[in-house]
Amino acid sequence: MRYAGRPSGLAGWVFALLIVLFLASFADARRLAQKRTGEQAVRAELAAKLQLTDLALFTEARYTRHLSLADLHSAAQDHPLSLEHFPSGSLMPPPAHLRNHAPLDRQTTLPD
Amino acid sequence: MRLWIAKQRYLIDFTLASLARRKTKNIGLLLVFSLLVFALASVTLLTSALRQEAARVLAQSPEVLLQRMVAGRHDLIPPGYIERIGRIRGVQQVEGRLWGYYYDAVVKANYTFQVARENPPAAGRIVVGPGLARFRGVQAGNVLSFRSYSGKLFTFTVDAVLPAESELVSADLVLLNEADFRAFFDYPAGHFTDIALNVANPQEVRTVATKLAAALPDSRPILRDEVLRTYQSIFDWREGIALALLSAAILAFAILAWDKASGLSAEEKREIGILKAIGWETGDVIRMKLWESMLVALGAFLLGYLAAYVHVFHFSAALFAPVLKGWAVLYPSFTLVPAIDGLQIATLLFFTVFPYAVAVLVPIWRAAITDPDAVMRG
Repeated sequence: MRYAGRPSGLAGWVFALLIVLFLASFADARRLAQKRTGEQAVRAELAAKLQLTDLALFTEARYTRHLSLADLHSAAQDHPLSLEHFPSGSLMPPPAHLRNHAPLDRQTTLPD
Repeated sequence: MRLWIAKQRYLIDFTLASLARRKTKNIGLLLVFSLLVFALASVTLLTSALRQEAARVLAQSPEVLLQRMVAGRHDLIPPGYIERIGRIRGVQQVEGRLWGYYYDAVVKANYTFQVARENPPAAGRIVVGPGLARFRGVQAGNVLSFRSYSGKLFTFTVDAVLPAESELVSADLVLLNEADFRAFFDYPAGHFTDIALNVANPQEVRTVATKLAAALPDSRPILRDEVLRTYQSIFDWREGIALALLSAAILAFAILAWDKASGLSAEEKREIGILKAIGWETGDVIRMKLWESMLVALGAFLLGYLAAYVHVFHFSAALFAPVLKGWAVLYPSFTLVPAIDGLQIATLLFFTVFPYAVAVLVPIWRAAITDPDAVMRG
């Protein structure tokens, strides 16, 4: 099928369609958010009930399953000279409390 | 105004005809550009949705978690600690948590065994996470056997499977009662894995944590704030392989775009020369090329972003699953609540459209201000 009008007209329609879809994605995001908030509430409720501290996103190793509770050097604790070998380790940095552990630890009398 | 619009339409007509003359090359460029935006936008949308998910889901996690360190390693909490912590002013609700990891050699997956605080299952019964149930093909009423670390075989009846919607936090969970947990792991009586506590005044959390660290020097308090911050830095781009892979793609594209945009082909130079010779002004030539770069870059941005949106929120970021999955056997299936960060999308738009427009304009301007005869002769 050949478009009979001017190329700029066709481009105008194509871009108008893309922009409408772009804006529609925000409306769709809002719709999905409303729909999925209930599911999120189930997760939040379970996390509160069981006192969970982490997402079960990386279940491959002890120190990637509970990222927030991990040790800085736990990767090397499985056996001597064990280097980081799980792919998740390259996606996630060490937990925040280990990277910025200035305020609390400096106030203790003995080191960790 | 009408005259200006008519002029721009003629310029766009000419630009599109000019692009159509090098159809394959330009469609290829548009596709590669869209693919790059798709990858970048997918990462942006996924991480911002995961960040928001963690912030909301973990908002009610314990205010302070206390681990005990022995010789620099995480150790069990011995009896007496909970009572000592309870005496610290400001501490409300202290509870010892019992949880641990179990590696199931049969299916080569890691599970998290945890004692349920409220309504624990009866003796010999467990509640399992939906990921585990799917992977082991079990449902309520089925029997699961695990060989404990001491070598004894334990058989549990599955009481229930946790709701499928909770999979992102519970995929690998096995909930059981305290007696079964202690028997299974041979846990010494009165010992706990760690301690969860809440503080009466939320503004005093840090002070209480300092008091805890002073009273129990072998302990390591982890604040909820720090747990949330850990997840705020999820997929830290400095360390993520996603960026490492993408940065190569970005560089490759930058070279491609720069080569295409900055090095004018002989044909393009001749075209500019002819346009100038038949009376086009320098401004018109630049405007025409500006339209060209805008059509390509904006088109690529819109196509790439839309594809990324559908990929992340309607197909659960299926293309990233192998990267996220890593070596994990139990990978949760989850749908994320869309959280679109307008600033990030605007930044992406700016960094995809603006550099390309600039890369196109500079050589065109240089060619357009030179003598038409010299340009045509090359």
